Amino acid sequence: MNALPVLPWTWPAAGGLLIGLAAGLYWLLDGRVAGVSGMAASAAGLAHAAPRDLSALFLLGLPAGAWLAQHWLRAPDLRVTASWTLLAAGGLLVGYGTRLGSGCTSGHGVCGLARLSPRSIAATAVFMAAAAATVYVQRHLAGGPAS
Amino acid sequence: MMRVCALLCGLLFGAGLAVSDMINPARVLAFLDVAGQWDPSLAFVMAGALLPSSVAYALSRRRARPLLADAFHGPSARRIDARLLAGAALFGIGWGLVGLCPGPAVAALVTLCPAFLAFAAAMLAGMALYRLQHDRAP
Repeated sequence: MNALPVLPWTWPAAGGLLIGLAAGLYWLLDGRVAGVSGMAASAAGLAHAAPRDLSALFLLGLPAGAWLAQHWLRAPDLRVTASWTLLAAGGLLVGYGTRLGSGCTSGHGVCGLARLSPRSIAATAVFMAAAAATVYVQRHLAGGPAS
Repeated sequence: MMRVCALLCGLLFGAGLAVSDMINPARVLAFLDVAGQWDPSLAFVMAGALLPSSVAYALSRRRARPLLADAFHGPSARRIDARLLAGAALFGIGWGLVGLCPGPAVAALVTLCPAFLAFAAAMLAGMALYRLQHDRAP
């Protein structure tokens, strides 16, 4: 697999600032946690973690915001290497796991860490470790990515 | 007004995911591959995101209510239990298999690429499965 071009650190840092600003404003103005898994489940009628209307609008903003950024700021070179089987398995695990664990990278990783929640710190440590271990097994033990 | 705010925050969040390249599964996997050619980019995303969000959460402690709503709706659970850890572990495995977590998965739908659509559909199926198992009436 071709290595991705190196990205100057200013882009990730600037993008991170935007993400944090969005999460912070959503909390200060609407009093809601910007956790995407909870909002997705609520918008789809699969949970009552968040108000359905607010969740749907926030989620609508995600691809729209990505579109605006692609056109005016930086066009990312998106690459998915996973097979259909892996896409299905990964999606199922992400959907089920984030509901069972009450959050994902945004809810636990950004909002939870920002308010120093012990639950979120523990969850973030576990999902980062599990993700790194999965990549390790796939790339270094099973021999090659997305087999 | 709350709805406008939700949409605007979503726009900012989605723009951040695209600008930072967090939306790119290959970049995420390169970050998670600590034993290979490690790409530290996403550590900057995390650091950049925690700066304004920490300030916002700290500011909110001095307020009784948010600017547009009646109350802050934070999580009520306090205990670190098996559910939390098992859920985080399953989520981590799924994240590591593909390189997509829920935020980027939704934002990447803008590409209309079948792989992203399939992942988002599977993610919703996983959430529905959880609901079938756990959230029975009432």
